[in-house]
Amino acid sequence: MAKPKEKKASQICILTVTGKDKVGIIARIAVAMSKANINIVDVSQKIMNDYFVMSLACDIADATLDMPDIHKQLQKIAKDMELNITFQHENIFKMMHRV
Amino acid sequence: MSITVEEIFETVNMTLQQHFDIRTVTLGINLKDCMDRDLDHFCGRIHHRISEKGIQLNTIADRIEHKYGIPITNRRVAVTPASILLEPLPRTQAAAVRLAKTLDSAAAKADIDFIGGFGALVHKGATSSDENLILSLPAALSQTKRVCAFFNLASTLTGMNMTVIEQFGHILKDLARRSKTGIGCAKVAVFANVPEDNPFMAGAHHGVGEPDYSLNIGISGPGVVKTVIEQNPDCDLTELSEVIKRTVFKITRAGELIGREVAEMMGVPFGIVDISLAATPAAGDSVAEIIEAMGVSRMGRPGSTAALALLIDAVKKGGSMASGNVGGLSGTFIPVSEDAGMIRAVKEGALNLEKLEALTSVCSVGMDMFAVPGSTPAEVISAIIADELAIGVANNKTTSVRIIPVPGKRAGQIVHFGGLLGSAPIMPVTKIASPKFIARKGRMPAPIQALRN
Repeated sequence: MAKPKEKKASQICILTVTGKDKVGIIARIAVAMSKANINIVDVSQKIMNDYFVMSLACDIADATLDMPDIHKQLQKIAKDMELNITFQHENIFKMMHRV
Repeated sequence: MSITVEEIFETVNMTLQQHFDIRTVTLGINLKDCMDRDLDHFCGRIHHRISEKGIQLNTIADRIEHKYGIPITNRRVAVTPASILLEPLPRTQAAAVRLAKTLDSAAAKADIDFIGGFGALVHKGATSSDENLILSLPAALSQTKRVCAFFNLASTLTGMNMTVIEQFGHILKDLARRSKTGIGCAKVAVFANVPEDNPFMAGAHHGVGEPDYSLNIGISGPGVVKTVIEQNPDCDLTELSEVIKRTVFKITRAGELIGREVAEMMGVPFGIVDISLAATPAAGDSVAEIIEAMGVSRMGRPGSTAALALLIDAVKKGGSMASGNVGGLSGTFIPVSEDAGMIRAVKEGALNLEKLEALTSVCSVGMDMFAVPGSTPAEVISAIIADELAIGVANNKTTSVRIIPVPGKRAGQIVHFGGLLGSAPIMPVTKIASPKFIARKGRMPAPIQALRN
């Protein structure tokens, strides 16, 4: 916001989380994102029969971690909290679902 | 967000649960400019180029895999047909084997599991270099691990080279005898109408009409197609075709995106997307199971050919809408040993060699990865090849044969190749086929379909 001229083109990625609902899922993911300077731009979340389902869009243009390291961080959370977490660039969804 | 939650999870589930992956990114490399009369110079140059480009391919494929979260299972290299590269060199087995070993070691250095192109185009006739390569094949493939060979033995425009087809019966038997399981033969595919830009092994090569480099991609999603069919258990076949078409459209788009991006990052032209459905031995990743999900009681029973024809037609329609660069084989692979459903069908007696041949008349890719007893006479192997290639020649399409006469095994026994090559039940085959017909040799003229001008 402070320096719009230098702002890089946004790089939107989509994160999904599925697994048994428990305390702190969103918190841990938000902290990991914030530590990596990743801006969350949209979240959609619901609980279906105790099952936690979330998709989250974020911008990694200014991230301090590269993709493999972001994956590593997320997989650690997935392992600790027994969740399935995926993290993919949004282009794959656009290509597959939009003509 | 512009993409709905349902769409996001549809894509995520394809990779997490339905084995959707990019089966292969294959870099075609022109080696014609490395040709030399000095074997040492020649081998040094090609080793350097292949290993350098192979390492780059692996690095970039890893990066793209992370970016899109879709596995790129195999990274491969295809080179200019070896018989052309060997033209300036002495006609010795040592030269051909040395080339194979150089390809093998360059691939190993780059961590490339298979490198294709150790072959020749001999559909009309063989040069002395081609002949030398064919004679060297058993030695070359039994002394290397990663090298794959292709031979185009027939084409619609030129007919069938029955002299070389006769010879191949003996060559394949010799090659099979050099290992316990006959695995050398899993690395040789013989073709009619071979495509120049096929990214899949064993038949991949960098054709003579190709540029210096070309990045071709093979997608795979039998599990994805099977799932949508299972989600539509009661719709009629018109509707089923639509459902398959839509799904294949989506997975082809993913392939196109990833192929283009890998090519761009490597600084090489993007070639084609091969839309073939390619099975793996993993459960749920089987073409036979797609056919069974459509309502055929077991792959190979009556109804299978019609179901396969519907499947491949829908795959082609969906795929060609999704990419302007569909090419390669773009059929449906039905390799026996690499598809759990095909193996089950053979074991239960639902699928035999004759029905396998019939299936290939609609699915393009041929009789692939099937094992027969090691005692099968060479003339029977040649006759099986001749029959299969005749289907391709007469129907103006690609067909291929990858037959493995397993030493010491009898019909009904199982042979394990390991890894992606899977395991195969030995299929019963006649002890006598057409010895006199095959022994006539010569060239079967091009069919009347060739006269199209």
